[in-house]
This record gives sequence, C-alpha cells and structure tokens, in this order.
Amino acid sequence: MSLAATAATATAAAERGFLSPTGVEITFVLVGLVTLGAAMVTVTTRQLVHAALWLVMALGGLAVEYLLLTAEFIAWVQVLIYIGSVVVLLLFGLMLTKAPIGRSPDADSGNRPVALAVALAAAAALVWVVVDAFRTTWIGLDGPAQGSTEVSGRFLFRNWVLPFEALSVLLLAALVGAIALSRKNGGAAKNGGAAKVDRTAKVDSAADEDSGTPGASGKEQR
Amino acid sequence: MHLAYPAVLAALLFCTGLYGVLARRNAILVLMSVELMLNAVNLNLVAFDVWIRDTLHAGQALTLFVIAIAAAEIGIGLAIVLMVYRNRGSSDVDRLRDTAERAEPDAPAAEKAEVIA
Repeated sequence: MSLAATAATATAAAERGFLSPTGVEITFVLVGLVTLGAAMVTVTTRQLVHAALWLVMALGGLAVEYLLLTAEFIAWVQVLIYIGSVVVLLLFGLMLTKAPIGRSPDADSGNRPVALAVALAAAAALVWVVVDAFRTTWIGLDGPAQGSTEVSGRFLFRNWVLPFEALSVLLLAALVGAIALSRKNGGAAKNGGAAKVDRTAKVDSAADEDSGTPGASGKEQR
Repeated sequence: MHLAYPAVLAALLFCTGLYGVLARRNAILVLMSVELMLNAVNLNLVAFDVWIRDTLHAGQALTLFVIAIAAAEIGIGLAIVLMVYRNRGSSDVDRLRDTAERAEPDAPAAEKAEVIA
C-alpha cells in the first residue's frame, strides 16, 4: 500500500512542476522565508533580549508551517509550549543572569568565521542532498486531516501510551532536577557577588575555589 | 505540496541553529540555537509523517515527544546556566575552560594571560 501510494505521489509530482506552485506552496515559502529570516536574526543579533523576541517569531512561523502541513494539534502544542513557556523561560534566564539590555559587542565568540564556514558547508551539503532526493516527491494534503486533535488523541493514546507515560515521568524528573539544581546553592548568591569582584585573580585557580565555595557557604548557612 | 520545500526549510533552519551553537558566546543564546535545531527536526518529522501517512503516525508522535524533551532540556539547561552564573559571575561558554587540556605545559605565562584576557 505504501509502495502504491509512493508511486501515486511520484506520478502526481511528475505533473506538478516547481514553476506552477499551488497556493499552499506559495504560502509555505513566504512563511518559511519569514521564519528563516527571524532565525538568522536570532543567531546574529547583538541584543540578547531581541534574540529571544525574534525566536518567538521563528517559532510562530514554524507553527504556521505545521498548520499548512495539516498538523493542527502540533501547531497548537508548539504555540503553547515553545512560545508560551520555553521563550518565557529563556527571558527569565536572560534577566536572572543580568544580561545587558543594549548592544553587547561580545555576543559572538572568537570562532565565528569557523562557525560560519561549518554552517555554510552543512547547509550546502544538506540542501543538495535533500533537493536531489525529494525533487519529485509530492505530499497530498487533500483528504482527511492528518493531525487534527481527534486523530492525534487517537494515535497517541492507542499506540503510544507507554512512551507517553514514560515521557511524563521524564518531564517530572527533569523539573525536580531543575528545582534541586537551582535550590542547592541558594546561599551561594552572596558568595557569587564576592567571587565576581576578584574573579580575575581567581580564574586560574577557579576549579579549587568552586569546589570549595558551595560547601563552605552551605556550612555558613546552617 | 512538494516535499522539498519543508525539507529544505528544515535543513536551512538546522544550519542556522548550528551556526548559533558554534558562534554564540552567551550560554542562553546557545540554548536558543539548540531550540532552533530541534524545531528544524520537528518540521522534518511532521512533513515526512504527512507524506508517509502511516497508521501509527510515528512522526507526529515523535514530534510531540521531542517538544516535551525540549521543554525538559531547557529547564535543566537554564538551571545549570544559572548555577554557573552564580558561581562565576558570567555565563560565557568560552570562559569556562577549567577542564581544558593545557596545550603547552612549558609556557604557563602565555596560558595565564590568555585565560585572564
């Protein structure tokens, strides 16, 4: 059945060229350009908070792409979890680490040219392979929706129950771990300020200092 | 829709995230780039699931799992970044090189100057 479907899509794609795009394709490409642009600004901007806000735009564009691919439930999950919680967490992290509000000239590290070369090489290789492999493949978006909430609930709770439950345990463990990590050295914030002042003097012996500081601060607290 | 469009978009987004992971200095920006890479993979999974149309919907189920794991990862990652920031007063990943191997043990002065700079 799968083979027959593949053959059918191949013949369907053969009569649909790239030069006569459908409306869905035009929308997909336009939203994709916006998404890609927002992602590029996210990784290149020098203002840290702006990077998080551009990330919202990239993730929202991806949610629209999911909608265009008829994966409706995943689009809303994307909006809820990524835009709703992950970006907010990132913004909290930026604020808690006292990220500078304006431009920070040292947002990029020294290996920027190497990173650019690696990314361009990877992009060229991946795009070449992908275009060469899927040039004639056609996704039929007609028919019943593939990812409506009803379909998603059905396959998730009929075929994927055990991974789903294991994943909820993993999420719980991760959140408990995050709480434990951020709470263990609650008293080290005082020492963090002190350590920041003479950080330059202690950087080369930082390993000794950091192994010593949390324990000492914990003893002081008790 | 041609499968090439979502596949190419996913490849380009992945490489954007790759550049961000390699080039950024702030650890939180590195985490943002990791999110971009995960999202590129999610787009691939959804596109291929819609193309293959298997009854298990493995692609979409895996996408949901990846989203949940990304949420867990960002929680743990931010907790670690905050802890490093409290201990060091900085969240720059290229300054955290305590466990790096010393390249030339007979030139400690140059190494120390580089670390402080």
